[in-house]
Amino acid sequence: MGEEPVHRSHRQLQSGTTLVNRYHIQEVIGVGGMGSVYRARDMHFPNVTKLVAVKEMLNIAPDPNMRLTVIHNFEREANILATLNHPSIPRIYDYFSEEDRSYLVLEFIHGKDLETIINDTGGFLPEERVLTWGIQLCEVLAFLHNHKPDPIVFRDMKPSNIMVNSNGDVVLVDFGIARTFQTGQKGTMIGTEGYSPPEQYRGEASPLADIYALGATLHHALTRRDPRLEPPFSYAERPIRRINSHVSTEVEAVINTSLQYNPDERFATAIEMKDALIAAARKTGALSKIATTSIMPASGIKPIWTFKCEDEVRGTPLVYQGAVYVGCYDNNLYALNAADGKFQWKYPTDGGVVSRPAAYENSLFFGSEDKRLHVINSRTGKLIWTYYTGGPIRSSPRIAEGHIFIGSDDHALHAVNLNTGRSVWQFTSADQVRSTPFVANELVYFGSESGDFYAVDFHGTMKWRYQAKRAVTSSPVVAGHSIFFASTDRTLYCLDARNGWAVWRFRLGKGSVSSPAIADELVFVGAADGFIYGVEASTGKEMWRFRTENQVSGSPVVYKDCIYCGSVDGNLYCVEYRSGRERWRFKTGGAITGTPVIFDDIVYIGSTDHQVYALLA
Amino acid sequence: MVEFFRKLFGAASKPPLIHQSDSVTTAPLSDQQIESIINGQTAQVATQQLTSAVGQSVGKQREHNEDSLVAITATVTGNTAGIPFGLYVVADGMGGHQFGEVASNAAIRVLAGEIMRKFHSFLFSVPTQQPDDPLQEIMETAFQDAHRLVQREAPGSGTTLTAALVVGQQITLGHVGDSRAYAVYPAGRVEQLTHDHSLVKRLEELGHLNKEEAANFPHRNVLIRALGQGETLETDVFTVPFPRNGYLMLCSDGLWGVVTDQDILRSINTAPNLQRACQNMVDAANTAGGPDNITVILAQMNG
Repeated sequence: MGEEPVHRSHRQLQSGTTLVNRYHIQEVIGVGGMGSVYRARDMHFPNVTKLVAVKEMLNIAPDPNMRLTVIHNFEREANILATLNHPSIPRIYDYFSEEDRSYLVLEFIHGKDLETIINDTGGFLPEERVLTWGIQLCEVLAFLHNHKPDPIVFRDMKPSNIMVNSNGDVVLVDFGIARTFQTGQKGTMIGTEGYSPPEQYRGEASPLADIYALGATLHHALTRRDPRLEPPFSYAERPIRRINSHVSTEVEAVINTSLQYNPDERFATAIEMKDALIAAARKTGALSKIATTSIMPASGIKPIWTFKCEDEVRGTPLVYQGAVYVGCYDNNLYALNAADGKFQWKYPTDGGVVSRPAAYENSLFFGSEDKRLHVINSRTGKLIWTYYTGGPIRSSPRIAEGHIFIGSDDHALHAVNLNTGRSVWQFTSADQVRSTPFVANELVYFGSESGDFYAVDFHGTMKWRYQAKRAVTSSPVVAGHSIFFASTDRTLYCLDARNGWAVWRFRLGKGSVSSPAIADELVFVGAADGFIYGVEASTGKEMWRFRTENQVSGSPVVYKDCIYCGSVDGNLYCVEYRSGRERWRFKTGGAITGTPVIFDDIVYIGSTDHQVYALLA
Repeated sequence: MVEFFRKLFGAASKPPLIHQSDSVTTAPLSDQQIESIINGQTAQVATQQLTSAVGQSVGKQREHNEDSLVAITATVTGNTAGIPFGLYVVADGMGGHQFGEVASNAAIRVLAGEIMRKFHSFLFSVPTQQPDDPLQEIMETAFQDAHRLVQREAPGSGTTLTAALVVGQQITLGHVGDSRAYAVYPAGRVEQLTHDHSLVKRLEELGHLNKEEAANFPHRNVLIRALGQGETLETDVFTVPFPRNGYLMLCSDGLWGVVTDQDILRSINTAPNLQRACQNMVDAANTAGGPDNITVILAQMNG
């Protein structure tokens, strides 16, 4: 096989060794073909014990150029891995090379590998447990296979490369690095005999090879028959149910499909295999025993708490110092305990509050349809000062550089001194300003109902203006050199943030008042056609679209690997942002037009059913 | 600034208290990350000036030059400070009977003409007026027009076409084939911005060839996408920041096929100006045998 035993002369690191003045080696936790894996403590965190896994790779190529190539390959691979953000892939913290060794510093997974679990279990593992792992492994394979610009093929799926952590979730280990380090000789077979498909012996490694190896892994887990001890490609002669009759015919059929000798007869994608596993689990009733976030049924999510206001909650909440602040159409701003939803106080205005509060040094700032910007104490709800604009306020305040910037239906963007509450300047646009300003590059960016989009400097002087065809209610967001916003003219715009030149425009099915969110070079926005869109930031090309059942007036919010977005259909959706696939949805009693806020793994969202919900993200 | 980040994230100092969400990658940052942070920051400078130079040679083994290039660098400042504007195009023609040079020549002229027409009133009208279309749509349309013209004027031939439109701090790139655009940082990094549409690259991506096999692959010059070929043309169009403290470089495979990243860096770092840097690179390619036509464009943002 590709792995050659390590030269005996290369000794393992002794416990107590410190690498690069930072990683304190505790013990060897694994030995592989290219070196050892150690548990180490990261001494950059002297006050807490932060454990990391340090993977060592010996570089024993005799030729110095070859050695350099090995290091370059290693570093390139480490760089790719560093960008992968997935719950089933360990985080990479650091890498470095010293003398004849390269090191990779990874997240330390508390748990056991699947091979150990199989060997330590007396009887057969329960089917639903193996199914849960299978579904999670399909998800992580789909994530790797859909990696841009190039798909990543794991190539070595097998029980010993799968860790099951303390939550019972799987994490893929021994990642990718093995691939670059083993490509040395031509004709070298990569992968592990027994788990690898026939075509991998011919040097072909495609996503379909991973699907085969996953099937082989699940076969091993359900039958306890180690394929390395069996004749190659003999799964057809060892049907799962002949060995373990507890396994359902449905699940057996799915695994058989993934183990087809001919790649074309397997599942075409990991997603297809995942869907088949879920369908099989649903049929047999195993699904009800599976507690995985990925297939949470609609009714399965229970709020942590709810709180009922006296009218519709259309605004976006703020979490600040343990409290949730949210405006309501009953004219009040509410302060609730973030942990349990207990009412703390409410502050009355003379108009509906849709503006999202901003916080600064124990003060809260928000607008009301009573035409005022209100500033109150965040702990007591006591008034500090108000600032009067000539029209109802639907925009939310932005605090920057000692000023509050907020739009008003009086057509102006107001710059207000943060301490005195006095007007510093007003910039009058062609129509109402309902968009929330964004501050970057020493400019204030905002849209107007007239369709104009402005960039104004800190003196209130216009630097540039862009004309959309209809209203810009959407609040802009800057990322890199570009600014993104949507318009009711059915377009998502990308402009050069410095000079207002249009870089691209993306056509939506209908107009949009939703504000874009950004992660990993992707832009997300909702529209009145009911879709949430994922668009590539550098090209303006659609990557996916997700259908809700009514208009999307609220805005998506990115948290970890998902976006969270409400729809007028009453649902809050959690959607994987790379793929646009739904992870779960939660139904409220009314339309959602506001935007969720997420803090410490809790999503807070208001609904027109008068309630505020706290849900586990 | 680099020092500042080194201090902030380096091993010597205590880690600062920064509130970060769980999804953020933690320090230490690589040089590349530091560079990209710096590149992402706004520099407030009075006047920025774009400069450029080109180099070209038929090479040592070919009789015809089938490469074509355009380099337009415009500085127009009047009562308001102008923004940097540049258009750089490289095309490498293919197809026998001198049709290759017809194709590359036609492609660059149509493309550049199309783009310059749309920028005419921005550069030369009073009051100055931005084009109606987004930059990426302007680029895409120009490629499609060039594609149709090449199909008509030089049937059976084709050409690579790589075009960089610089407006302000950003570059909008259009690309088909295996000519390349790079961001070159004299500190030692050469980053390829475009993606080759070649058979060898495709086989490499599919895992049929490894790096070594790819380097010795006999059909390295076979393209899987070229302007003028096929009914519809799929163009890569995207926008990237202009490399700060670096160079934008466009070249044909007569250069990148025989000259290493180190040669490129050395050519630039030892040259007193852009013209000499281009000449150095052309010389390096000819020294390496000059198997193909050589074309290179370098552009730099000063200030």
